[in-house]
Amino acid sequence: MKYIDEFRDGDIARKIGDRLAQEVQPGRQYSFMEFCGGHTHAISRYGIAELLPPNVRMVHGPGCPVCVLPIGRIDLAIQLALESGVIVCTYGDTMRVPASSGLSLVKAKARGGDIRMVYSAADALEIARHNPGREVVFFAIGFETTTPPTALAIRDAHREQLQNFSVLCCHVLTPSAITHILESPEVRQYGTVPIHGFVGPAHVSIVIGSEPYEHFSQEYRKPVVIAGFEPLDVMQAVLMLVRQVNDGRAQVENEFSRVVTRHGNQNAQALVSEVFELRPTFEWRGLGEVPYSALKIRPQFARFDAERRFDLRYQPVADNKACECGAILRGVKKPTDCKIFGTVCTPENPVGSCMVSSEGACAAHYSYGRFRDIPVVVEAA
Amino acid sequence: MSAVKKDYIRPLDIRHGRIDMGHGAGGRSAAQLIEELFLAAFDNEFLRQGNDGAVFAPPPLPAGARLVMATDGHVVSPLFFPGGDVGCLSVHGTVNDVAMSGATPLYLTASFILEEGFPLADLKRIVDSMAQAARQSGVPVITGDTKVVERGKGDGVFISTTGLGVVAPGVDISGGNARCGDVVLLSGTIGEHGVAVLSQRESLEFETTIQSDTAALHTLVAAMLQAAPGGVRVLRDPTRGGLATTLNEVARQSRVGMVLQESSIPVLRQVDAACELLGLDPLYIANEGKLIAVCAPEAAEAVLAAMRAHPQGRAAARIGVVVEDAHHFVQMNTRFGGRRVVDWLSGEQLPRIC
Repeated sequence: MKYIDEFRDGDIARKIGDRLAQEVQPGRQYSFMEFCGGHTHAISRYGIAELLPPNVRMVHGPGCPVCVLPIGRIDLAIQLALESGVIVCTYGDTMRVPASSGLSLVKAKARGGDIRMVYSAADALEIARHNPGREVVFFAIGFETTTPPTALAIRDAHREQLQNFSVLCCHVLTPSAITHILESPEVRQYGTVPIHGFVGPAHVSIVIGSEPYEHFSQEYRKPVVIAGFEPLDVMQAVLMLVRQVNDGRAQVENEFSRVVTRHGNQNAQALVSEVFELRPTFEWRGLGEVPYSALKIRPQFARFDAERRFDLRYQPVADNKACECGAILRGVKKPTDCKIFGTVCTPENPVGSCMVSSEGACAAHYSYGRFRDIPVVVEAA
Repeated sequence: MSAVKKDYIRPLDIRHGRIDMGHGAGGRSAAQLIEELFLAAFDNEFLRQGNDGAVFAPPPLPAGARLVMATDGHVVSPLFFPGGDVGCLSVHGTVNDVAMSGATPLYLTASFILEEGFPLADLKRIVDSMAQAARQSGVPVITGDTKVVERGKGDGVFISTTGLGVVAPGVDISGGNARCGDVVLLSGTIGEHGVAVLSQRESLEFETTIQSDTAALHTLVAAMLQAAPGGVRVLRDPTRGGLATTLNEVARQSRVGMVLQESSIPVLRQVDAACELLGLDPLYIANEGKLIAVCAPEAAEAVLAAMRAHPQGRAAARIGVVVEDAHHFVQMNTRFGGRRVVDWLSGEQLPRIC
């Protein structure tokens, strides 16, 4: 595939790997957090960890949209489907996230809920147009990448005066989550989780640009390298981070310059601020309440806000006690540190959200990387 | 002169007619549907007997030969897709299940569950396609059944088929036979069936030239077994769950591990591109005309050559080896130069959002 295979070239990967091996300083540990689930997925799927020097460790961050979605929010969507009889539309990833009472959207569908998987907010809008007699709710999740399409759907619905469409908005913001991690006691005070730099988001940065990360390099002295989701992007970003650490620099660098600019997509940003405003606080699974970290629908679009339309009341639900998703999402623990990883909690029966999506740290490790936990590693064929 | 008029039943209106509850009630209209649609298409001496079951003499069985039965339900949606339909699929699927025991398939049975209101024209298309597939495979449908369910209680047509076949003496194929050092072969490119079906789903609909690979594989199997008697240990068709799930099944059944080479797994460019766009992995996409074989290392070259000489195996490739592994992992050396586990499919394959 043109424009894709170029970024998956094994020969170049080996060359970057060799370069990394030469440039890392022996005796020094490098820990980099890849914020995005897309990076976590690429690292696992292409076996990137194998190609990094042993003293470079990747810490999986909280940027998996379904992983940070709190149970109470999924409960609201299930309640809409089962009690209010609405058509709930959502992205595929969201379907299996465990909710209260052993339910998930997939299981609620089996109990008769009309829950449909869509590829975009526009598909949900289309379903609303075709079912004028039914209420259609788009269960909108994701970071800045998926927010503009939701905004567009709401604006179109508003222009068309669509009467049966609304959005259960759970859109969250990347920079506030990074701040939250940098401010967490483990990172800031105790230094138990050394994070020497960040692999910055790919698609999110196309929308918001590289500017919002400048704060992290200036205020927290952490290098940030924005990288694409292809495996060579990730390798190159790690090399750039190693160089910054070696040079004692803390800058925002842009590896993904083929699409990310400093100011991002300003049309998309304008659309988002036309439709959405900041929520004073929002609960993230694993991170807890994070101030100004999510969006809600502005009052002028109130009739497209499912929370108001159906008078939904958010009820926080505690995670399973044994589940370490919280600590894993903050980078404090690894999936294998969790007692129930791979036993009680598997991709078939996820207890925590990190086991749901292949972007989640636990599912990625379970599905792609488990062989590394075993002392005997099978020799290559 | 007698007042009794000559027996006359107006023929089925295949062009405009639809299935109604009467077609499943066992009365005249049921008999008419069977005669004019099913019998006309499948026509053979066993069906012509007109009995509840087909009576046939067992094939001559040499000492040590065994019989195989396999059954498969077909519930594909949409019913028609590029490269095939539920009809030919229901023949190929069961012929292949029989063939994966190393058997020569002999006969099929078919059971139809039809939804009230289903157009007879569509049913005829499906049945004709099924009959053609049966004829091409040389495996006749010798008995069958039809039921009708009320509108809304079925998805157009469900077809269950059962196949009977003979395993020649000395042929021992089982998912539990893989041994360390064995070679894993794949008969061709993966993912076409699943992507072809997906491309027609109401919510997705994308234009593609990808056709389902649906095909009967028993002659390919026969050629492989002949090329290296005793050399083929495992045969499987990677249908639902794709190549990844099939290999995991074999690894677990045989209590071994496998190491694959990603670069040797053939995938059509179009399939790769569609999967890239949809956020899916070709390793987990269904195939309906491919097989994997685990062979003794000394037999692998001969089997591979036989596969490549057969129309269903032209793109056959050696994709990996069987290794000792107490965890029964299927691992893969990625094209990128790394290594990863190729796990079972969990649940349905769901697209990622970012």
